[in-house]
Amino acid sequence: MPRADLPAAEGSLHVLPADTRRFCAPRARLLAFCAAIAVVMVSGAVLYDSAISTDFAAAYLAPCWEHPFGTDWMGRDMLARTVSGLAVSLAVALVAAAATSVVALLLALVAALGGSWADAAVAWLTDLVLGIPHIILLILISYALGRGAAGVLVGLALTHWPALSRVLRAELVELRSRPYMACSRALGVSRLSLALRHGLPAILPQYLVGLVLLLPHAVLHEASITFLGFGLSPEQPAIGVILSEAMGYLSSGSWWLAVFPGLALLAAVLAFERAAASLRALVLPAEVRR
Amino acid sequence: MARNVLSGAVRLALLLLAVSFVTFTLVAVSPVDPVQVNVGQVAYLTMGSARRAALHELWGTDEPLLARYGSWLAGALRGDLGTSLRFNAPVAQVLGERLAASALLLVASWMLSGALGFTLGAVAAVRRASIADRAVCALCYVLSATPAFWLALLALMVFSVELGWFPIGFAAPVGVGPEDVSWALRLHHLALPALILSLTGIAPVALHTRDKAIEVLESPYARFARARGESERRIVLCHGLRNVAAPALMLQFASVGEVVGASVLVEQVFSYPGLGQAAVAAGLGGDAPLLVGIALLTTALVFAGNALADILHGAVDPRAKGADVRAAR
Repeated sequence: MPRADLPAAEGSLHVLPADTRRFCAPRARLLAFCAAIAVVMVSGAVLYDSAISTDFAAAYLAPCWEHPFGTDWMGRDMLARTVSGLAVSLAVALVAAAATSVVALLLALVAALGGSWADAAVAWLTDLVLGIPHIILLILISYALGRGAAGVLVGLALTHWPALSRVLRAELVELRSRPYMACSRALGVSRLSLALRHGLPAILPQYLVGLVLLLPHAVLHEASITFLGFGLSPEQPAIGVILSEAMGYLSSGSWWLAVFPGLALLAAVLAFERAAASLRALVLPAEVRR
Repeated sequence: MARNVLSGAVRLALLLLAVSFVTFTLVAVSPVDPVQVNVGQVAYLTMGSARRAALHELWGTDEPLLARYGSWLAGALRGDLGTSLRFNAPVAQVLGERLAASALLLVASWMLSGALGFTLGAVAAVRRASIADRAVCALCYVLSATPAFWLALLALMVFSVELGWFPIGFAAPVGVGPEDVSWALRLHHLALPALILSLTGIAPVALHTRDKAIEVLESPYARFARARGESERRIVLCHGLRNVAAPALMLQFASVGEVVGASVLVEQVFSYPGLGQAAVAAGLGGDAPLLVGIALLTTALVFAGNALADILHGAVDPRAKGADVRAAR
């Protein structure tokens, strides 16, 4: 929260303490966030074996000291399954978000700097993708690719770009009217090098924030589509798989099968959103202050 | 007006044409063999190659893509969307039945989420920075990050299994014919899915309403009204609500796509025999004609929501009349 009692620091060279705090806190939070992802990834890889090892003598255990999240009907430890599942889901989401952000970037560059015909074509493509409900489109793409991890990855990459692409296009269109761009054009600089030399660096902050903002959507949609049976294969301990298995044990009172994995997913999504807010505060301070 | 309707119809037709082609291509390139999936593993392995070829011909999996799309389109223009392999009935008929079952769920939860979201957002704005405001913001924040299907799972566990207040899934009791199901029974089955589905749609409209309402309450005309001695209540009711209602309504109509999307997940968890569950069954069962039909129908629903948003925006906010609303967005 900006403090109302302090004068705004705009235009002044000295930095107010409040501003320093505003700058440092997001940085620390981002570091903590990256560390948390690394921890989940590493422990997911370490725990992968115990996540798929069965022990029928210890089936259906409620949360206890040895198994804090309980065990399922095959005696698999739910804590190990949750952490590995989260690691799998995060990995898929990271790759998918990176891919879809590149799609968004390319389409934004084409739309903003490629002339009116290209702009109309990209706008039409955007309307088409946004016109079909998201989940339905994901089901279709997954079906086209015969389900599995490839289906989810391609599906997420091909459907998540419109929001970011619109933001980047708007930035680039605004940039296009700047005097230095007009000057470069008058000097005969080609469209491609205009886009690469002036366009890309200018939209880098928006791109980074947009990339992190894509992560919560990617995680949620990956889990949803896997839950429905179109995503990762049932052998993999993904959060969507775990929850769809838990659905079969609803009436048996094994509440821990659904509660903890879902909470982990919720925590991951919330963490991604906080990280996006921190990153925005760091690279787009002017926008945040407004 | 007539021109608007005409241009809307043309846009919808072009969109449906594009969606039909894209979805048709997607299901056509799929490695999933409809014959194999629908006949069953054992039957597929034991049947002769002549029988297999006959089934392939019946379900048209051998012709080139464009030829198949052409004949499908010719049929679709006459109202024949093909035959659902999964439900063994014309696609149009399956869509009609499923939409009828989903309609009540979709409309009920859509209206509930709009009303709840608007109320929460307005209350948060009026009591700004109070505990109520913080609670509403936190609720929206958490709800927007909560997977819809997990919420549905938890609700089933708590309210249906543990407390026994609601039936566990389905739109009617098992073993009761559709003509014997009373409305009370139907509503009892509908209540929990509708409530969960509406919860997933609250956050955007509540946060948007809160932002807009705060903007209005800090505006010069609200300050002037205060200076005139109008009560806060009167300012909210007479100046605030109408200005906030227009964007909220628009947002709510534009969110039809999200409700339809979330309904796929919620219907799957509650085994509710609606459109969303049919989409999952079609996708898992290799029912390409039904999948294309569902994509077209849901696209039309989303388009209708957006079109209504534009029309209502003009009706609620006279300033928007004449101006091109789509360009302004």
